[in-house]
Amino acid sequence: MILNILFFYLAAVTIISALFVVIKRNAVHSAIALLVTFVHVAGIFLLLNSEFLAAVQILVYAGAILVLIIFVIMYLNVTQRYRMFNRLKLIAFFVGVVLFAEVLYIITRTALKGQKGEFPIAKVLEMGNTEAIGKALFTDYLFPFEVASLILLVAMIGAIVLAKKEI
Amino acid sequence: MIPLHYYLILAAILFIIGMTGFLVRRNFLTLLMSIELMLNAVNINFVAFAHYMDSMTGRIYVFFIMTVAAAEAAIGLAILISAYRNLKTTFVDEMNSLKG
Repeated sequence: MILNILFFYLAAVTIISALFVVIKRNAVHSAIALLVTFVHVAGIFLLLNSEFLAAVQILVYAGAILVLIIFVIMYLNVTQRYRMFNRLKLIAFFVGVVLFAEVLYIITRTALKGQKGEFPIAKVLEMGNTEAIGKALFTDYLFPFEVASLILLVAMIGAIVLAKKEI
Repeated sequence: MIPLHYYLILAAILFIIGMTGFLVRRNFLTLLMSIELMLNAVNINFVAFAHYMDSMTGRIYVFFIMTVAAAEAAIGLAILISAYRNLKTTFVDEMNSLKG
């Protein structure tokens, strides 16, 4: 019961603040609303027994990406008087509503089938969430992990090259 | 126990808010924030399925999606700074020198 109330609270705040991200004129207000969204999505991860991912969500999204965005907002000094939406707004709204109806139809009509994995909740709770993720990450997914570090290196070099005035 | 459908519907709503925001807004910064919203919706889906299917793979995928999101945000903001320096604007519909 308490979990249900918690879920509905987290979902409601996530959706309302996501709406604020889209409809706020001032980019700083959008960024603050995005911060609220990230924190509540971390709460949803906690409800789903993924404590490690909740911590990483707050560290990476709220800690790194959002600080980067706010830093760029301060650097660019975006003007406050402008047209918010482009010509597509009615079409885009219509497309969004139609797409949501389709997704809702499919979600509510399908049953979850398929093979269960080898990490039931009791086992995850017993060995610890971080340990389970770490074991999978450094045995089965070692090569993707190394590729991820390469992606970060490329992103770092690319950001420096793009943002530098003259190379 | 909360049904899986609730999480999927929440993720769908979040994704469509992000998608609509990406389509309608003119400011490049808000576009990047909308992309983050969409990636968060995908993350919720992955974690929900991993939880209900007793798997660890979905959680690992979320880890990699976060890596790609961080790289994408850094590159996107670098492109924004570069474009602002050359074109003096942050509105995507005014960046039309390629006549696309």
